[in-house]
Amino acid sequence: MKKNLTYSEAILEGFKYLLDNYPEVFVIGQGLWSPWYVGNSMKDLDKLYGKERIIDTPVSENAVTGAAVGASLCGSKPIVVHPRMDFLLYAMDPIINQAAKWSYMFGGQSNPQLTVRSIVNRGGEQGAQHSQLLHSLFAHIPGLRVVMPFSVKDARDLLISSVLCKDPVIYIDDRWLYDQVDTISDVEIKDLEDQSPKKIIDGNEITIIASGFSTKLAKNAIDKLSIKNKNSIELFDLRVISPIKYDSIVKSILKTKRFMVVDGGWKTCGLASEIISSIVERIDPSSLLSKPVNVSLKECPAPSSGLLEENYYLSENNLVDLINRELENNN
Amino acid sequence: MIKNNTTEDLLDPNKYQDNYEISPFSKEVCESLFRKLVLIRETEIKIANERKLNNIKGPVHLSAGQEAVSVGISENVKNSDYIFGNHRSHAHILSLGSPVDKLFAELIGRSTGLSKGYGGSMHLVDMDVGFMGSVPIVAGTVSMAVGAGFAISQRKSDSISIAYLGDGAVEEGVFHESLNLAKVNNLPVLFVVENNLFSSHMDIDKRQPSSFTSRFAKSNLIEYKIVDGNNVLDVLRCSKELIKNIRETKEPKFIEAITYRMFGHVDWREDIDVGTNRCEESLRKWKLRCPIKRFQNSLIEQNFFSESELDSIKLEIINALDYSWQKVTNDPLVDKKSLLNNVYFENK
Repeated sequence: MKKNLTYSEAILEGFKYLLDNYPEVFVIGQGLWSPWYVGNSMKDLDKLYGKERIIDTPVSENAVTGAAVGASLCGSKPIVVHPRMDFLLYAMDPIINQAAKWSYMFGGQSNPQLTVRSIVNRGGEQGAQHSQLLHSLFAHIPGLRVVMPFSVKDARDLLISSVLCKDPVIYIDDRWLYDQVDTISDVEIKDLEDQSPKKIIDGNEITIIASGFSTKLAKNAIDKLSIKNKNSIELFDLRVISPIKYDSIVKSILKTKRFMVVDGGWKTCGLASEIISSIVERIDPSSLLSKPVNVSLKECPAPSSGLLEENYYLSENNLVDLINRELENNN
Repeated sequence: MIKNNTTEDLLDPNKYQDNYEISPFSKEVCESLFRKLVLIRETEIKIANERKLNNIKGPVHLSAGQEAVSVGISENVKNSDYIFGNHRSHAHILSLGSPVDKLFAELIGRSTGLSKGYGGSMHLVDMDVGFMGSVPIVAGTVSMAVGAGFAISQRKSDSISIAYLGDGAVEEGVFHESLNLAKVNNLPVLFVVENNLFSSHMDIDKRQPSSFTSRFAKSNLIEYKIVDGNNVLDVLRCSKELIKNIRETKEPKFIEAITYRMFGHVDWREDIDVGTNRCEESLRKWKLRCPIKRFQNSLIEQNFFSESELDSIKLEIINALDYSWQKVTNDPLVDKKSLLNNVYFENK
């Protein structure tokens, strides 16, 4: 049965589905007994499933995440919630040293089946430590899977796939997507390993690759293009940013011969740079009609001043200009 | 016979060197404990020698001198409990009954090893005996043991989890987070600090304002006991009571076992010339508190065993170890083509 849901309601549905169907699932993190700052994505879970399965915690990101890793080795399927990605940095040891390497270090005898849900919360003059999207950092690490849903349906279904996946997964959702509405069908259980980038818009002139909120930005920018240019852009939503399946994107670029990557992280060693390099390795670079375009954040910490913020975050209008310039240069 | 030593005296190597009362433990229990202690000691000596000969290529952190801690505790462990180790975990895993040939095989990269040849000395696992894993990041598994506590408490079983850590690990922030988290959630976790008074090269006097780490249990309102970690019967008694208590009350508990390592931080050397305070003289004194020698002398003195009986047990163990080592050197090495295996879990 189809229903209308916002992105944050879809996440809530994902939680409910998991908690209803898998007694070994539990959720742990700060603020879970009064989750007012995560939209309605966790509303009333403690009342529905009890405080033993929905565990609010002390301010201890490191131990709480480590505890989730430990519980996952003992048959539980925990979801750790970090309401702000910046604070997740306290938990790098259990994620990168322990969870990511556990299967490998012990010859594949044991698997930390945990999901770390981390929320990007930025803008509004929150400044440098209330703003970061650190997906590239995690995508760098072998053994982790990194998921960044853009669509309402993915917000729910990929949360479920992440928790049911046998590997440690970093699931990153974005507050700037919470109010998106879509009409979506019932839960589809999908193996996370099989998920690949999804073509959202067809076009012939430029392939744009994005993920999470950047996909929305690109989609809105394409909507703003002149009628003439509207049909020239092919847009891909990555969905899973590590490991990435490149086949469909490469196929598209062989057709359009131009591509642009839009990403909400910084450029140096960032996701956009990685994708450009991975694509160039897979094609004959001389077949491209123009250089790949890397649209990433300006390389400074997020400013607190609203005036500077306008100049820091990517905007639809920026993107419209960049796309138009690219089209003009080459036509 | 037993001198009235104080807790404070545990830090003084001149104290706690005497024999102790064996009764009411039975001959059978004592033989089993003695066998385990000797097995671990002789295994570590064997490993030290093979490492020195470079037959073992990777670093080994040896537990000789600290055997009584895990041997005493493991007497009270069930198969359904979850045990987490650290960089110095040979004793932990052997005390749980893990086969020594699989440990040897692991140290020389054989696919028959505990971690299929992927781990080496610092990454050991044997879930058959409840040993969930050891890793070398200091305090890395402390929070994981707390997590096992969550898993246990949701299933409402009477299992417990154990975190083995050293006195260096209490200097990591996550240790404090873990104690607090376990206490506020009433989790069935036993924290075991093997306080050997050194973190790598540096003695505890120069790292902490007090040499007793159990002050952190106190500050988290966790019941704790400080025990002579070189007296296997004391460790056994003390952990028996605390573990029984954890199973009944689901409250975390804390043991601080004062002990000393016979080898240096890593490999076969004694490290008397490394760092601060670990001189030849102090090592000589600490060796007089040897957990095996004291147990052995007490057993002989109180007529549980004759010296020759214990000597023949030792010899039997040493011979069996030599045989095991020889045997695993013929085991297959890890497959060269398996570099990229197991990055993601393959056993779907």
